[in-house]
Amino acid sequence: MTTSLEVRNLTKDFKIRKGLRSSLLRAVDDVSFTLEPGKTIALVGESGSGKSTVARMIAKLETPSSGQILLDEQPSATHGAALRSYRNNVQMVFQDPFASLNPFHSIAHHLERPLQIHGRATNRAELDAAVDELLERVNLSPASAYAERRPHELSGGQRQRVAIARALAPGARFLIADEPVSMLDVSIRLGVLNLLARLQREENLGVLYITHDLATARHFSDEILVMFRGKVVERGPSDEVILNPQHDYTKLLLSAAPEPTNQGRLRREVREELASGVGPGDRFGTSGL
Amino acid sequence: MTTAPLSSPAHAEYLAQQTPVLTANDVSVTYEVDPPVKAVQHVSLTLNRGEILGLAGESGCGKTTLAYGLNRLLKPPALLTSGSVVFHDESGTDIDVVALGDDELRAFRWDKVSMVFQGAMNSLNPVISVRAQLHDIFTTHRPSMSRKEKEERSAELLQLVGVDPNRLGSFAHELSGGMRQRVMIAMALALNPQVMIMDEPTTALDVVVQRGILREIMRLRERFNFAVIFITHDLPLLLEISDRIAVMRAGQIVELDTAENILGSPQHDYTKKLLGSFPSLFGERGDFVRTGTHETEAGK
Repeated sequence: MTTSLEVRNLTKDFKIRKGLRSSLLRAVDDVSFTLEPGKTIALVGESGSGKSTVARMIAKLETPSSGQILLDEQPSATHGAALRSYRNNVQMVFQDPFASLNPFHSIAHHLERPLQIHGRATNRAELDAAVDELLERVNLSPASAYAERRPHELSGGQRQRVAIARALAPGARFLIADEPVSMLDVSIRLGVLNLLARLQREENLGVLYITHDLATARHFSDEILVMFRGKVVERGPSDEVILNPQHDYTKLLLSAAPEPTNQGRLRREVREELASGVGPGDRFGTSGL
Repeated sequence: MTTAPLSSPAHAEYLAQQTPVLTANDVSVTYEVDPPVKAVQHVSLTLNRGEILGLAGESGCGKTTLAYGLNRLLKPPALLTSGSVVFHDESGTDIDVVALGDDELRAFRWDKVSMVFQGAMNSLNPVISVRAQLHDIFTTHRPSMSRKEKEERSAELLQLVGVDPNRLGSFAHELSGGMRQRVMIAMALALNPQVMIMDEPTTALDVVVQRGILREIMRLRERFNFAVIFITHDLPLLLEISDRIAVMRAGQIVELDTAENILGSPQHDYTKKLLGSFPSLFGERGDFVRTGTHETEAGK
C-alpha cells in the first residue's frame, strides 16, 4: 500500500435558486490529482474558480456531487469513526487566523482538544508534553510562553502557526492550506510559508497549497494546477507552468501578477497604448467584471 | 525628534524638476486614547503635480492615518497634533488645509482633493442608486448644474471608468466588486480634482480585475494629469506604477526615493526586508526561500 491522498474526477454542483426556478452551478468540474508525502501541490486561480471548494471537499466540509477521495488508495469515509480516522490524516488550515481560533480559549486548549479527540494523549502529563512539542514544531518557542495565552495576545503570523500546530495535532500526514498567508502582513508571510516548507521536507508532510499568488506557488510547490471556472486548465511542474505557460488563462494570470523586477511596466504599456491610439486595452473584457 | 527619510541624490534632482501640488510639513497624528498612540510622527512629504506617489507599509504603520490627516478626515480620538498641509492650487493660490473653516473645507474636499477609500467595495450607499450618488456630488459642489447636465456628466464618468452608463440605475449590490470599485473611482473623478488619494483601492480584488482597474487609473491620469497618492502594502505593484515611493514604518517615513532607486538601491533595512518578502515570479528562487532565514524573525 502506498501512502497518498488522491482525488479522482471530483465534481461539485451547487443549486442556485432564482425565484421559483433553480439551476445548477458546476463549481468544480472533474478535478483529479494525487498528493504524496513530502510533496506540495499548489492550486491556483481567481475567486470563484472552485479551488476552495476542492479544499472543503477534501476536508469533508462539503460532499462531492460525484467523484472520489481516496486515502492510501481506499475510498474515504463520510461519517462515524472511519471519518475521524480520515481526519487523523487529513487536516485543514484556514485563511483567516483571526476567525479560526476561539477568543475564549487559551492556545493550549486549542491544541489539547484535537489531541484528546483523536486519542493522541490521555493524561495531563502527556497532554502538556504534546502541546509543548507541537508549539516547538511550529517555532513558537519557548512553548511555555505561548501555551497559556489567548489568541488576541498573538500576532497574525503567530496565530497562523497555532492553526498549523492544531492541524498537526491529530498526527496529520496531509495538510490542506487554503490561502494560509493572504491575511497576513507581507513581511511575515514568508516565515509561515517557510515553516510549511520545512514541515513538508523534514516531516514528510503532503501539502495542498491553495493560493492566488503565483510567485509563492512557484517557489513553494512541486506541481501547480491552474483552475478556471471549476476546471483544471493547466498542470505541471511549477517552473514549467510559470516559465512556459500553455493555456491562455495561465498566461493572463501571469501577465496580471505584479512583478517586482518589472519597474514601471504598467505605465509604459499605458503610454504606448495611448500613443498608438488603441482603445482601452481590454481584450479579456475585464472592465465588465 | 525623528530623522529624515533616507533618499538618494537622484531623488533630489528629480524633485528639483517638479512643481508641488501638496506639501505636508512635520505632520503628527496622535490617537488620544490611554496610553496615547502616536500613529504618525513628524512626517514631511511633497506631492508633485501629475505624479504617482506610492505609500508602502504594513498594517498599523500609519499610512491610512496620514492620508486622512492630509485630507482633514481625522475623527476623534485621532488628533492632528502638529504640522501644516498646504495645497498649491492650479490658479496659483495656496490653500492652508489645516486652517480651513467648515464651509471652506467642504468646498475644498472632493473638488481639489478626492479620495478612494479602503474597502471601496463597501463604501457605496446600498440604498440609493449609482445615479443618485453621482448626482449628489454635483448638487453639493456644482449647484448651478441642471438635471440634464448632471445626467450627462454621470454617464460620461461611468464611460470613462469602463462601466456601461446603463448601470446608472443600478444599486451597489447589483454590481460586481470590480464594477463597484470603478464607480468609486468615477465618483472621485467627478469634479476633476488635482489630487486623488487612493487607499488600497484594489486590495480585495482578483489580480486580473486589479490589473484592469490599475490600467484605467493610469490611463485617466495620463489624460487628466491629476496627482495620486497610492496607499498599499503591495510593493511590487507600487514599483510598477509609481514615480516615487515612500516606505512607512511605525508612523515615520523611513525611506523616500524614486521607484528606480527603491528597487535598484534600497538603503533602509526595512525597505530591503519588504522587497525580500516578495519572491520574484520569473526570477531565481531567492536565497530566503527554503533556507528558513525568515522563520526565526517571524516567530517573534
